[in-house]
This record gives sequence, structure tokens and C-alpha cells, in this order.
Amino acid sequence: MTNAIPREAIATRLAEVGYVADRELATALWMMDYLKRPLLIEGEAGVGKTEVAKALAAVHGAELIRMQCYEGLDASSSLYEWNYQRQLIAIKAREFSGETAEVIEAHIFSEHYLLERPLLAAIRREKPPVLLIDEVDRADEEFEAFLLELLSDFQVTIPEFGTVKAVSIPRVVLTSNGTRELSDALRRRCLYHYLDFPEVDREAAILINRQPGLDAAFALQIARMVAGLRKEELRKTPGVAESLDWAATLAGLGVNDLNAAPELVHATLIAMLKTREDRARVTPQVTARLAGRAA
Amino acid sequence: MSAALAENRNGPGPAMRRRLSGFVRTLRDASFAAGQAETGDAARVITSPLADRPERLREALKALFATSRAEAERFDEIFDAFWLGRGAKRAARLQTSGGTAGADRRFGAGPGGGETRSPEPLSAPGDGEAQGRGRERGASTYDALSKKDFAKLTGDSERAEAHALAERLARVMRARLTRRERARAKGRRVDLRTTIRRSVARGGEPIDLKFRQRKAKPLRLVALLDASGSMELYVSVFTRFLHAVSQTFRESEAYLFHTRLAHVSSALRERHPQRALDRLSLMAAGVGGGTKIGDCLTEFNRVHAKRVLRSRTCVLIFSDGYDTGEPERLAAAMRELRRRCRRIVWLDPLTGRDGFQPIARGLIAAMPFVDLFAPAHDLNSLAALEPYLARL
Repeated sequence: MTNAIPREAIATRLAEVGYVADRELATALWMMDYLKRPLLIEGEAGVGKTEVAKALAAVHGAELIRMQCYEGLDASSSLYEWNYQRQLIAIKAREFSGETAEVIEAHIFSEHYLLERPLLAAIRREKPPVLLIDEVDRADEEFEAFLLELLSDFQVTIPEFGTVKAVSIPRVVLTSNGTRELSDALRRRCLYHYLDFPEVDREAAILINRQPGLDAAFALQIARMVAGLRKEELRKTPGVAESLDWAATLAGLGVNDLNAAPELVHATLIAMLKTREDRARVTPQVTARLAGRAA
Repeated sequence: MSAALAENRNGPGPAMRRRLSGFVRTLRDASFAAGQAETGDAARVITSPLADRPERLREALKALFATSRAEAERFDEIFDAFWLGRGAKRAARLQTSGGTAGADRRFGAGPGGGETRSPEPLSAPGDGEAQGRGRERGASTYDALSKKDFAKLTGDSERAEAHALAERLARVMRARLTRRERARAKGRRVDLRTTIRRSVARGGEPIDLKFRQRKAKPLRLVALLDASGSMELYVSVFTRFLHAVSQTFRESEAYLFHTRLAHVSSALRERHPQRALDRLSLMAAGVGGGTKIGDCLTEFNRVHAKRVLRSRTCVLIFSDGYDTGEPERLAAAMRELRRRCRRIVWLDPLTGRDGFQPIARGLIAAMPFVDLFAPAHDLNSLAALEPYLARL
């Protein structure tokens, strides 16, 4: 954490762990370390927001602590919870031991009975982990306010226990799909990066990186075809994960030119098109047209 | 630039610091929310190795100062204009389009903007004047006004008063809707924390089980307002109503349509009502002939629905249903919309008129997919919406 890795090195090391980053993202990741601020990544579903955090953890050899946000997420499922079942058993077991209430209380509210949830876990690690707060826009406004407090002080107060200060400051990555407008305060607390679908060259690089043995020219063809598909009016725009699946499928079937096996190409598009409407919209003719343009 | 930066490797010198604060001021003028903390961090970035090359510094400061996609897109030009003296004119234009009050004031003509201007200054929401005024005049004024057709409002003062009432109505609705939500919530899981606390009174035996109440998902409102010529008399009151809705419901989105669709939520989040309406009229500029409801709804389904529609969403359509497009297209768009939200409410200002018959082609096409078709010609009819929304 103390020594920030130079920007170029970050991009190279991300590539080594299988993430092909664009320049702006590499800069943003460098600044995260330099300014010790969280990074907020926005972008459509499927552009690889979550992958950034995974790759960052791999680069630093750090643990990835992931917290998936959802509506109704509260402090007890994100921060800590007492292990009530064990506490009840402990009370029962000591019922006739003759210990005073204070002793029992001190015992059952000790570390031993504390269940760590992701946020508490993230600040109690010796080695700074990467904390991924996924889809923060799905959580409620109250939770956002609470999160803001944690991200600025990096300490947590547990009434029965005392204040827990961060042992190490985690690298925090937040992602958002934009289903709800985030508060200005949270936005300002974070560095910001808008992640778009990768350009054709970068997508081809990602395919080659993740699918060793894929022919470079064919990877470029696939990337162009996927870019063309994303321009069609689809209900679910295929993400990077989908194009990886598709590339793997084609490679597995021994296809190495999109125009050589049109029927197979069309049939395997089920890896990319995941609603009935989209499937109906992309007819064999559309597939042929897109494939022709990609070649 | 790089020379000036390089000599300041050991902390920014006074000249550099002045230049930086100038840049921050430029950003603020362009309606970026750049605070002390960001400026301090920017000073650190400028002394870091990143500042050796302009493009890198630009990327770095962008990550720091931009807080949304729109800001990230505008940042490069502002940066280039300030630090590299490139395209200064374009950047200047960009800055003013960011929503500074002075520039926007000049444009007032358009749906809503021109009409709502009244001789007395409209009060900002929440400063008490609007509420106070309604109360002062007593119940009779309220009653008379609340039943008056929006199209028949005469004089600026009467119109201003109707606007204030519409705004108040939206606020009251918000308060009641939230309260009902809480009262309705039912426990699903046992809340062990409370149960154990309560068990102390029973000698440690958890006899009284306490349940955890799951808060109902907040109701999300998505409003689509027809701003075509035939709706002209009603648009100003509705925009005012929507302005208050956007201010109080954080979970709300608003769109304006005539021949095309405009996403106006950001304009309506502007706190000052007049400024919001001015921005709105700018965004809705280009009113052509006719209304293409079908096309606009199709566009909404394609581009926006994915993001703004959720399970507990109510779509409010304010329109008289006079559609110059294909009725089949409208029906198809409505069918698609119906599948993706909880309720569709169609509010028609003409319904309140005597002898009204729903004969508009658009209405007939859309009717099968509408959950509630209601009049919206006066304040009472808007208020009648609330009990319906509370049940969702």
C-alpha cells in the first residue's frame, strides 16, 4: 500500500492476471493507491466491472472480499452480527455454574461470538484486502449513508464491544449499474471511472488473453461481430463474458472463420442472445450480414 | 506545461497552486462539485510522476473530479482548454451549458417555461411561502381552485397559486405513501437481537418472539408527459407537479415527449422551480407538428426501460391520446411496457370535460393495457391518485 506501483506496471500486471485494461482505468487504479480513495466504476451490465476488482486483488496478491448489495441490506448482514444461537447455548450451559450475570455477559459478548460480515472483515485483515462493494445502487439510501461513514473513518463502533479501528486500509472498489442515482456525497468520496464496452482491438486482446490458442485474426473477427451485435437493437446487450463464452464455443467446435460455417455460427449465438425476442430478431440473414462485415 | 510542472516536484509552488485553483474555479463554473478535499488531492497528483505528461494528468484529474458519465465526457475539453489552450471557445460553450443560472434564464419560450412566469417571484420549494400562502387564503380559495379546470385558469396569480397547490399536493402524497408502507410491513424473520433483549425479563427464556420487519420497496414513479400542442394548457401545471414529485421522491424519473422523447429528470432535480422549468424548456426544444406517442414509447422501452423500470414501478402517462403515428405501433409499445412495470396509469386532462368520449385513436389503442384511466383536469383529480398509489 505504501509504494504505489507505476501506472504502466499496473496495466502490464493486470494483463498478466488476465485483465486487459484501458489506459484511463490503469491511471484510476494507480490513483486509488496514491490518494487512498475508493474507486467507483459505473457501466452497463456485462462490461466487466466486477472483473476489475478480481484482477486488482490478483495483482496485489490480496484477498478479495466481496459484498453483493441488494434492497434491504442492513448493518447486521454487511458489518457484524452476534452469533445468537451460540450465545443462547452459552447462557444455558452456564445457568447453574454460579457465575454472576456480568461475567456471563462479558463472556457472551466477546470476540468469540462475533460473526464477521464483509465490511468488518475488510478492515480487520493484516494485509490490506480488496473490498468489492458490488452493485451499490441496489442498496437503500440509508445503507449508502452508513457506507460513506465507514469509507471516511475506517472504523466501526459495536455497542457491546467497543470501537474497532482498521488494522489496514482496504482497497475499495464500488460498482454501479445506474439503476438508481447515487448520492453526491458518495460520488465525491470516490474516484470515478466509466467503463464502456471494450473497443474491438481490446476485446480481441481479452479473447486471446482468456482463450489461449485462439487465432489472432479469428479473435478480431469475433470481436468485430460482437461489436456489430451490440449495435443491433437488443433487449440484453451481450457483455464481455458472453463473447468469451461464444469464442470458447466456436473454438471448441473447431470453427476458425465466421463465414466458413454460417449455420454453426448462427446456432451458437445462443451463448450471446439470451431472450426470446433477441433470438427472433437476429435471423440467419442478420447473422450472415454481421459475419460478412466482420470478416 | 510539463516544464512548469517538473520544477515543482517537491510540492506545488505558489504559481502552480494559483493555476490549479483557477482550474478548480473553471470546473465549478462548469457545475462540477469540486470541493476542498478534491483540490487538496489534485495538488498531490500534480506533484506525482503522473504530471510528467499532459494526457496522464488529464486522465488522473478526470478520475478525481468527474462524478458521473456526463461529467467524465465533458472533462477532457475543459482540461484541454485550460491547460493546453486548445479549443477554448468550445469549452466556454460547454461550461455555460452546464446549467449556470444566468445563461439559461434568457431562454424562456417553450412548453411550460414562458407560461409559468408570473409577476411575483415563485418561491423556492421548502421555504414556506408556498405553503403559507395557500393557508392564508383559507379553505374556500383552495376548494374553488382545486375544482377548476387547468385550462380555465385566468391570470398569472391564479395560475401561480394552482402551481403552488400542485407542488404541495405532491409533497403530501409522498408523506402519506411512506407512512402506509411502514404500517403495512409484516415480519418474516425472527429478530434474534430483540428477542434476546426481551428474554431478559423472562429469565433468559426467549418466550416472546420478535420479528424483523422488512421494509417495503419504495414506490418508484416514472412519469411520461405529453408536451404536444394539444396539451399546451396543461403542460405547465403538470411540469410543476412533476417537479415537486422529483424533489420529494428520490425514486422517480420523468420524460417529456412530443415527436421525440426527452429524459428530463436532471432538469427537474434543480431545486428552484423556475430554473428547473427553464432547463426543461431548453431540453424539450424542437416541438414539431404532431405527437408520436407510439414512437416515443418504443424509444422509452428500448433505451430507458432497462434502467428505470423495476418491479414496484408505476408508470404515469399524462396525455390526451391524440396520436399522429400508427395506432398499432402504440399498442405494441404499450404491451411491451405493460410487461415490465407494476401499473400503468393514464391521466387524461380532457376526461373531466362534459360529454367526454374516449375517441382519440391513441387512447383506443392504448386502453387495453392501462390499469387506471383517470381524469387530470384539476387538482382534485390529481389528489385522487394518492389512494390508488398507496395500494401498490
